[in-house]
Amino acid sequence: MTLDLTGGETRPWTRLHPLSPVLHFARALTLIAVVFLPRLANPLDVGSGLPWPELIGGAILVLAGLVSWLVTRWRVDRGELQIETGLIRRQSIRVPLRRVQAIDVVRPLLGRILGLAELRIVLAGSGRSHTRLAYLTEEHAHQVRAELLALAAGLAGDTPVPPERPILAVDTSTLLAATACSASAVAGAAVAIGVGVAAVVTARPVLVLALSWPVLLIAGGAAWRVLNTEYGFVVAEAPDGLRLRSGLLQTRAETVPRGRVQAVRWISPVLWRPFGWQRLEIDVARQRQGHGGDADSGALTRALLPVGTREDAEALLVRVLPAATISPPPDARPPRRARLRAPLSYHNLAVWYDERYVWTRTGRLRPTVTVVPLEKVQSLRRIQGPVQRRLRLATLHVDTAGRRWHAVAYARDDSEATALLHRLTDLCRAARRSPRAPVGAGAAGIRPSHPENPVAPRRAAS
Amino acid sequence: MEFCRPSPRLWTARLIVWSAASAVTLPVAIVLSWLLAGPYVAAGVGLACGLLALSWLAMLHRRYRSWGYLEREDDLLIRRGVMVRRLSVVPYGRMQFLDVTAGPVDRWLGLATVQLHTAAAATDAQIPGLTSKDAQELRDRLATLGEARAAGL
Repeated sequence: MTLDLTGGETRPWTRLHPLSPVLHFARALTLIAVVFLPRLANPLDVGSGLPWPELIGGAILVLAGLVSWLVTRWRVDRGELQIETGLIRRQSIRVPLRRVQAIDVVRPLLGRILGLAELRIVLAGSGRSHTRLAYLTEEHAHQVRAELLALAAGLAGDTPVPPERPILAVDTSTLLAATACSASAVAGAAVAIGVGVAAVVTARPVLVLALSWPVLLIAGGAAWRVLNTEYGFVVAEAPDGLRLRSGLLQTRAETVPRGRVQAVRWISPVLWRPFGWQRLEIDVARQRQGHGGDADSGALTRALLPVGTREDAEALLVRVLPAATISPPPDARPPRRARLRAPLSYHNLAVWYDERYVWTRTGRLRPTVTVVPLEKVQSLRRIQGPVQRRLRLATLHVDTAGRRWHAVAYARDDSEATALLHRLTDLCRAARRSPRAPVGAGAAGIRPSHPENPVAPRRAAS
Repeated sequence: MEFCRPSPRLWTARLIVWSAASAVTLPVAIVLSWLLAGPYVAAGVGLACGLLALSWLAMLHRRYRSWGYLEREDDLLIRRGVMVRRLSVVPYGRMQFLDVTAGPVDRWLGLATVQLHTAAAATDAQIPGLTSKDAQELRDRLATLGEARAAGL
């Protein structure tokens, strides 16, 4: 059945956009230009002949780009995305679209100027965290994304793009204010003030600045990264998943298909408390992205809500994980002696659960509630260190397929932790087997009214 | 419900590693301190090193005895550790793949380690010191169970 999704015909192979190598080698080309142009402009240097090293380097790059473009081809066929690449080491990638965890459309700055976009297909699995189609024209990228998502949902590839409903947008002033109140920005400001004072007191401003610039650079960089990634944040809901869009210079449009959310974090930093702001982050089953050239995408966790009011956060959380409101029961706290083991975060420690989710709360400066759907739990661990054993405490870890974080119930009573371990094991088993709609599959019970009923036309096509 | 223990040969393997390490470090420490600081210091160093090695041996033994695993209907329980005690529950349906590994000493003694991998990187589930036959059987059993109970991500 799966094989007939595209109608059974074999589709022709296509190449990526001819300008792709330009973007791939953008950095190297810029470097060469930077080295090359001054020499060209300098009349004294002309006599020494042509700048051969740069020319050869440029030629090699152009050739390499051309070859890499020529040998790479892709197509969508029989529910698979197929990519073939490589000149000497031929590589053939087959991505079963049923396994897709999320699809991103990334547009770097140069790509936006040229009207190109990169498609990232995120899979679970170990090894490569994602497969990329870089680059396509923007229009084509969105078209392919819609097709892949339709196939991933088990529908025909030419199903029309379902209408999406914007849920929430974060306005720039709030984001700016929130970033200004973030830990790194405040630390940076504190250092800056300290530097100013020290410069006046010691009357040696250059030395003081020289010693403190790395800190300022790090703090500024962190704040800038947040702004660059989360500027213009928009969440929209479509029948095939949640759409997240953001970015200042490099924009990103992510689609998280239904039921792929492994965990949600609800963070309420202490510095944001006066304003009542919250932050939500989601995790899907993907690997940490750490390869070169991909730094900015891996630097931050994907936010579901970079900053917003409590009501916004609650509405979004319920949209992703139905009925997962944050309201710890009174017995969620660890015993009083846990204060000895975790003196700082004791006030925020808690764990509680129901038949669908487990919640844990940790942290001092950034109190964080992690919500994990029980059906997504991979394994449970109970760990007891020497100090904890002396205090009759134990810590329970709830592992999920998301690679960034898992839920941790710190410093519970010894016997309670064991009981919790077994209770959660049973509940997880029940959750895995229950015929209930997967978590995140449209909060049908919560929001029954879909006047336009966007799901219907897609069903008809399958 | 009794936890299964690794083969007693695991203790032999640990002893071999321990003896080899001690047989190398102890004489080196004694000779070095003799040459550098004379016989009395060397005797002290030798005594200290010997005590250290013995306490390490005691620790190894307790650690060896702490290993245990229990195959339940739907999940595998693994416990280990002396200073830091760990108990893991891995549902069969969550296993992505299984590893059977054996180092040189293990191979010589006919031992193997079975490691379970789930989609979570944090999952920490391995059973060392199974006889090769047990390891194969356990692996096959777990693989069958995992297939029967497999759950999507």
